[in-house]
Amino acid sequence: MIEAVLRVSGLQKRFDGVLALDDVSLELARGELHALIGPNGAGKTTLIHLLSGALKPNAGAIALDGRDITRLGMHQRVRLGLARSYQITSLFPNFTVLENLALAVQGASGRADRERARAELDAVGLGPRGEALAGTLAHGERRQLELGLALATGARVLLLDEPMAGMAPEEAMRIVTLLEALKGRRTILLVEHDMDAVFRLADRITTLVQGRTIASGAPEEIRRHPEVRRAYLGDGMMV
Amino acid sequence: MRDTLRIPLRPRPALAVVAMLVLLPIAALAAGQPFYLVFAARVLIYALIASSLNLLIGYGGMVSFGHAAFVGAGAYTVAVLMPMGIGSAWLLWPAALLAGALLALAIGAICLRTSGVTFIMMTLAFAQMAYYLVLSLQVLGSDDGLALPKRPSLGVLDLGGDTAFYYVALAVLLAGLLAMRALLNAPIGRALQGIRDNETRMEALGFATYRLKLLVFVIAGAAAGLGGGLLASLNGLVGPNLFNWTESGLLMVMVILGGAGRLIGGALGAAVLLAAEELIAEHTIHWPLGIGVLLLAIVLFAPQGLAGLARRVGSDP
Repeated sequence: MIEAVLRVSGLQKRFDGVLALDDVSLELARGELHALIGPNGAGKTTLIHLLSGALKPNAGAIALDGRDITRLGMHQRVRLGLARSYQITSLFPNFTVLENLALAVQGASGRADRERARAELDAVGLGPRGEALAGTLAHGERRQLELGLALATGARVLLLDEPMAGMAPEEAMRIVTLLEALKGRRTILLVEHDMDAVFRLADRITTLVQGRTIASGAPEEIRRHPEVRRAYLGDGMMV
Repeated sequence: MRDTLRIPLRPRPALAVVAMLVLLPIAALAAGQPFYLVFAARVLIYALIASSLNLLIGYGGMVSFGHAAFVGAGAYTVAVLMPMGIGSAWLLWPAALLAGALLALAIGAICLRTSGVTFIMMTLAFAQMAYYLVLSLQVLGSDDGLALPKRPSLGVLDLGGDTAFYYVALAVLLAGLLAMRALLNAPIGRALQGIRDNETRMEALGFATYRLKLLVFVIAGAAAGLGGGLLASLNGLVGPNLFNWTESGLLMVMVILGGAGRLIGGALGAAVLLAAEELIAEHTIHWPLGIGVLLLAIVLFAPQGLAGLARRVGSDP
């Protein structure tokens, strides 16, 4: 029996009667990097919103370390060790990069620890940019900081919503390397469109299509899964 | 390490201004214009009140359009307690502060569930409710208000003298500004400005943003209540207009004029607005027109108000 850090069961979300997520169940084992893939509009970001507490589900339950967190607010979940990053970069443009990270450290721990913020700065590869205002960063750097904010909360479970979105290939490589280094130390749910990155990083993959999980398993199973190929991957895409 | 958020203490200009304010009574008496001391004390009190609103608008992004309610609560607290035989400012002013804090807790707990225009309208609505309530209560003197039997005493210090009152108001303002600076430089001040810039992300970083905002709302209400208590003590009377939306609007104008999100913005705005009112009103009843033009110029050309303008013109790069 695997030890589930995050357990999602029967999650359902409706927007004005339209079913965005239908009976989604998912388990993240400790230290696992679990990728969530699926075409646009499949409900991946909606799932992240539900798991992080930005939205409340119409049905279903979410448990973190066995504790039911379905009704908890966003900040309470972060305090319990579940943090997210955003697909659309969400920073504090008037704060320096270091001050951004210091806020993240302060938010989860309650203490403003600049030493830890400094360490996080180096960890996401923004070392020389600590004094720059976040609003002046280039796109790739902004994405690095976006990921850094989630990491700096110190959360054990991370929900990463397309951390490489819009990045140049070499910048994206840096994020892949960073995530590889995190593997095993944190439990990660990774939403990502870059299939090379997904198959390189993921321990397991869940495929979401039109709000339903159509397959979940090891990368090799997903690669061969006929429904996944038909619905999403396209035959020519996989080698 | 670069710290863009830290509010520095610029000792030289700060001490120069304080020295001027300390010497003002002597100058006023020498010039044979003691009346101006009452006016100057009023400016100092409004500086405190406007600064407390600046904490909400400029640093917290909470555009409260009902700040006068807390001023009124503090003022009426003093006016109601004094005839009951309580004459010490040591009791009256903390009571005024508490009244402002409690009303802010009640109003803030509800209004801070909302944001944006809804928040502005909700705070306005609650302040107007307080206004009409006071207006309708005979025991509070309805539209005549209440008169204080005399000025409160502050231990051995007799506040009956305008000079003494002026110095006390100055001390309270300086203490208030120093406390505000300490608050803003502390982690909670960082968090407040983070909420102003990106509240959702602050939630996602683990901050209990609602509770934090409510705490600051109550602190600002307490300071406004204290200001109201001082105002009542200075004037010797209180009226329902203290609660009215025009007062709230005036306080907002002070903040915008002086510089929202600048430590001395509220104080500067209060001084300039009240001085302009005093000077222009002597010549024309259309003085608000002049203020309007000034405000328009500020909003268009100096979004950080006079304080921001002074900083740009000054030594800073």
